[in-house]
Amino acid sequence: MTLEVRGLKTHFLTRAGTVKAVDGVDFSVGPGEIMGLVGESGSGKSITGFSIIGLIDPPGQVVEGSIAFKGEELVGAPEERLRHLRGNRIAMIFQDPMMTLNPVLRIDTQMIEALKAHGTTDKAAARIQARDALGLVGIPSPEERLHAYPHQLSGGMRQRVAIAIAFLNQPDLIIADEPTTALDVTIQAQIIHEAQKLCRGSGTALIWITHDLAVVAGLADRISVMYAGRIVEQGTVDDVIDRPQHPYTAGLLGSVPSANKRGQRLRQIPGMTPNLAALPEGCAFKTRCGHATAACERAPDVVEAKARRIRCHNPLSLLEVGA
Amino acid sequence: MTELSAPLAPSTPAREETPLRIFMAEFFESRIATGALVVLLTIVVLALLAPWITPQNPYDLAEVDVLDARLPPGEAAFAGYTMWLGSDGAGRDLYSAILYGLRISLSVGITSGFIALAIGMAVGLLAAYAGGRIETFIMRVVDLQLSFPAALVALMLIAILGKGIDKIILALVVAQWAYYARTVRASALVERRKEYVEAATCLGLSHGRIVFRHILPNCLAPLIVVGTVQTASAISLEATLSFLGVGLPQTEPSLGVLIANGAQYIISGRYWISLFPGLALLITVVSINLVGDHLRDVLNPRLKR
Repeated sequence: MTLEVRGLKTHFLTRAGTVKAVDGVDFSVGPGEIMGLVGESGSGKSITGFSIIGLIDPPGQVVEGSIAFKGEELVGAPEERLRHLRGNRIAMIFQDPMMTLNPVLRIDTQMIEALKAHGTTDKAAARIQARDALGLVGIPSPEERLHAYPHQLSGGMRQRVAIAIAFLNQPDLIIADEPTTALDVTIQAQIIHEAQKLCRGSGTALIWITHDLAVVAGLADRISVMYAGRIVEQGTVDDVIDRPQHPYTAGLLGSVPSANKRGQRLRQIPGMTPNLAALPEGCAFKTRCGHATAACERAPDVVEAKARRIRCHNPLSLLEVGA
Repeated sequence: MTELSAPLAPSTPAREETPLRIFMAEFFESRIATGALVVLLTIVVLALLAPWITPQNPYDLAEVDVLDARLPPGEAAFAGYTMWLGSDGAGRDLYSAILYGLRISLSVGITSGFIALAIGMAVGLLAAYAGGRIETFIMRVVDLQLSFPAALVALMLIAILGKGIDKIILALVVAQWAYYARTVRASALVERRKEYVEAATCLGLSHGRIVFRHILPNCLAPLIVVGTVQTASAISLEATLSFLGVGLPQTEPSLGVLIANGAQYIISGRYWISLFPGLALLITVVSINLVGDHLRDVLNPRLKR
C-alpha cells in the first residue's frame, strides 16, 4: 500500500471548543489507484489531505491515529523529513490554478525550483525535465510556455502546469484538493483525463478530493464519502454510485440534477451540516436522515462487507430487504 | 479545445510581455512623471559630474577667495569665471556649491534609504512570516518608533552621537526603518496567506526560499513606492538637520548648510545665497515625489486598467 490512514483524528483546539474536523478516518490507497474523497464543505476532506502532507496549522493538530506512507509513519515525523517528502514523494494540487502559481515568477523558474529543492543540480537537465513534464500534461509548444508568466496562461493551462509540477519528481502519492472545481466543464474533463492517464502510467496513487460525485464517478477506482469528519461509506465506484447503502450517500446521489428529472424540483438533503464543535450524540447524520431510528442515538460502528465499509445502523440494502 | 490550439502569436513573443516592460510602458504614459524622471536624472548626472563641470571646488579652501563673498548672480569672480548664481558669505561660487551639496544630499538620502530599506524589509518579513510573539514584539517597537516625529528622533540621535556624515546616515536610518518594516509586513501578511505560498510549502521548499523568492518579490511594488517617497523625505530631513546646524559640517556644505548660511543675508536683500540651494532642494524632492507618486499608480493592482 502506498498510503494507509488508520483512525486519523485532526482536531482544532479553539477557544469556542474542540472542532473535530477529522474524527476517525480510515482508508488506504495503493500504487496507481485513484481514490475519490467526497463530501460537503466542512466535512473534513481537505483537512484530511493536509493532515497527510503534515501542513495543519495551529490551533489544529493531529491528535490521534496513524498515517503510514509506504510503511513510514508520518504522524510525529520530524519537520525536516516531511519537507523532504513534500513535493518529492507526496505532491499536492490545489483548487484554484489562478492562485497556486507565483504571479511574478516564470513557469520555468517555478518548475526548476521544484526540481532543485529535491536534489536535481543540473539546471539544463531540470529544464528539459520541466519541458517534458509540460508536454506530458498536454500543453502545446511547451518550450515556449516555459518562458511564460502565469498571467499569460488560461485557467485550464495553469492547472495543467500545476499538475505537471506535482508530477515532476515522480511522486508516489498525489493529493488533489478540488483541482477542477474552478474550471469549466470541458476543461474539467480534459484535466481529469490527463490526471488519470498519468497515474495509471506512473503507478502514482491519487487522492482526489471533491464535492462533485459526477467527477469521481468517471475518475476514481474507489470512493470514500465523508460526513462530519468521518467516512460514512467506502467502496468501489460502481458499488457506491449504483448501490449506495448509507442514507447520506443516497441523498447526495439523489440531489445530483439530471436530464430526466427536468422540470421537477431538485431534491436536497434536509437541514444543514452540523456544527463540528458541537456534534450531536450518536450518529452525526441522524437529524437529517429519513431512516433514523432509536438505535441512531448510539454512534454507529463500521460495518464491513465485501470491500465495502459503511458507518450506519440502518444501511439502505437492509431496509430494502426488510420492506 | 480552443485553449489547446492557441499558441502565443508569433508576432508577440513571450519576452515582450515581461512585467518590467509592461511597467515601463505604463510608467511613460504619464508626461508629468516622465518629465520628473528626466529632471531627476539630470540632477543626478550633474551632481555626479560636479568635479568636472564646476569652475570651483567649494571644499578646497585654496580655491575659495573671501574677496568673492556675497557677489550677486552674474558677477565675475576674482579668478575670472562668471558666478551665474552668485556667491555665498565665504566666497563660494553657489553653482559649484549647489552641485557639490547635491552630491552630499543625494548620497546621504540614498544610502540611508537603502540601509533603512534593507533593515526594514528583513525585519518586516520576519515579523510577517514568523508571527506570534516575534511579530508582536517587532511591531510594538515599530509603533513606538513611529510615534515620535522622524526629525525629533534624528535630532536626539545626533545630539548623542555627534556630527558627521556617518552619524547623520545612522540617524536617518533609525528614523526611517520603521516605515519600511510596516509596509513590508502589511503586504507580506497578505501574500503569505495566498495559495501559491501554500503550494510552495507543499513543494518542500525551505523557509528562506519561500520568504525571499516567493513572498518578497510580490511585496516589492509598495516597497518601491515607499522607498522613493522615504528617500525624498530623508533628503529633506538631512537638509533640516543641517539647517538647524546639527547636520553636516560647515566645511563640506550640503544644501541645508547652504540655505542656513544664506538665511542671515536675506534681510539685507542678498536673496540668492538661500534661494538657489533652496530651489535645488525643492526641485529634487518634488521630482522624486512625482516619480514615486506615479510609481504608486502604476504598481497599484487596484488601479490597473
